[in-house]
Amino acid sequence: MSVAVDGFPSREELRRSPGYPSEERLDRGACAVIECVQEIPCNPCETVCPYGAIKVGQPITNLPRLDAELCKGCGLCLAVCPGQAIFLVDKAFAPGEALVGFPYEYVPLPAAGERVPATNRAGEVVAEGRVIRVVNSSRNDRTPVVFLAVPLEVADEVRSMERRGQKPRPGQGE
Amino acid sequence: MTRSDVTIIGAGPAGLAAAIEAARAGAKVVLVDENARPGGQLFKQIHKFFGSREHFAGTRGIDLARKLCQEAQELGVQLVLDTAAFAIYDGRIVAGTTPKGTVQIESERIILATGAMENTFSFKGWTKPGVMGAGAAQTMINLHRVLPGSRILMVGSGNVGLIVTYQLLQAGADVVAVIEALPKIGGYAVHAAKVRRAGVPILTSHTVLEAKGEPEVSSAVICQLDDFKPVAGTEREVEVDTVCLAVGLTPLAELAWMAGCQCEYLPALGGFVPVHDERMETTVKGIFVAGDVTGVEEASTAIEEGRLAGIAAAASLGLLSPDEAEERMTAAWERLAALRMGPFGEGRQAAKEQLMKVGKAG
Repeated sequence: MSVAVDGFPSREELRRSPGYPSEERLDRGACAVIECVQEIPCNPCETVCPYGAIKVGQPITNLPRLDAELCKGCGLCLAVCPGQAIFLVDKAFAPGEALVGFPYEYVPLPAAGERVPATNRAGEVVAEGRVIRVVNSSRNDRTPVVFLAVPLEVADEVRSMERRGQKPRPGQGE
Repeated sequence: MTRSDVTIIGAGPAGLAAAIEAARAGAKVVLVDENARPGGQLFKQIHKFFGSREHFAGTRGIDLARKLCQEAQELGVQLVLDTAAFAIYDGRIVAGTTPKGTVQIESERIILATGAMENTFSFKGWTKPGVMGAGAAQTMINLHRVLPGSRILMVGSGNVGLIVTYQLLQAGADVVAVIEALPKIGGYAVHAAKVRRAGVPILTSHTVLEAKGEPEVSSAVICQLDDFKPVAGTEREVEVDTVCLAVGLTPLAELAWMAGCQCEYLPALGGFVPVHDERMETTVKGIFVAGDVTGVEEASTAIEEGRLAGIAAAASLGLLSPDEAEERMTAAWERLAALRMGPFGEGRQAAKEQLMKVGKAG
């Protein structure tokens, strides 16, 4: 399992990356989760963070380093990341429930209160999610961010939701 | 005959940036493009760009195109559209063909910003309707708002293949798979992760053997590769109505060849590219290059090269003091260097250095 073959980072690659917060921090509440494991020239996450919680520095190919203690979970970095590689996870959202936020640039958008199939990094449905809110302010520049409440045990897996209006595809998830 | 200080061929990101810099320095600039409007491929780049603030990171290509076009207009750049430049005579006359006949533009300096063309490759059935370049599909969905098909096979996992896959999904199509001949994904992991999250499989060590259907594509046969050779018994047929080819780009260097510019074969830059120096000047004095024509990269690098060429062309006409030109070019080179770092940029950086070394030796 590796990002170069699977197209998404493995657990190990994420754990090794400087943008992934600790379990203990995630248990305390909303925090950015940066899944950027490849050195590409990019730093808008650093520029946008009002709390100085994300450092890229020079050269700008450095992987973003998250100081999870400074992160307030505001989520501004989610829409600004051109790679859509930043998520918001709050494992203290409700008893047995986590909140997961992710960029979602598809139409139609879901609405708060709807129940939708929550998907993992491979696009497989792993749970039913409840849409808590959809942030689509002008600051997001047409990158809406969807927040789903999902069962706590899939909080580290859920990273999107099924595109709507799509037909079932044979061979999906292979 | 139209006359100008600087004539730029190609109004994509490199040409627009060159026009802006040269015009800002006070040059009379003519910008020639074969399309009906300037912007090149930028208008179909609806995604947010990488980089840092000075590279317009986080800005969508389409918005950047609008900004650059507006800037060029405000600076008085003369646009000559619907005009395909087909020749350069005496290193100073650009000839173009328009729907109304031919035009000639005489100028002191010429900047070639002609970009690149999509590669293709042949397989059984590849001429059937439904087989197209990924860039063509991107033009259809993002410029003309027409879906080329509803079930698509993407061949090639470089950034173009991955980005167009994502945009086809956004446009409402299903992408059945992205296949890649190499044993690993070619493009940025973040682009791959976006399409994987949307449920699109990426099959490495795979190729397409045949597009089937009469008259248009109704399925494609794909198979596994071992060391680039098809593995017998792994063939399978996937039901698709469109096969998109995202197998690289080739610099459009014909005008440079014709003008007598020395070209060098550098695979990391996409093939034969005109040799240039640090001022983006080719081996033919007065002819400059910028953007994909001198090495296939990205819009953000094309913009910086365009700035360099525009500044250098203006400076060579005495419109900028050497110090001023030096200062602006150093800043552009620093921005370029930042974009050519890391595992994806290093190869291009090395090839560019080689290209400029050849320029010096010549």
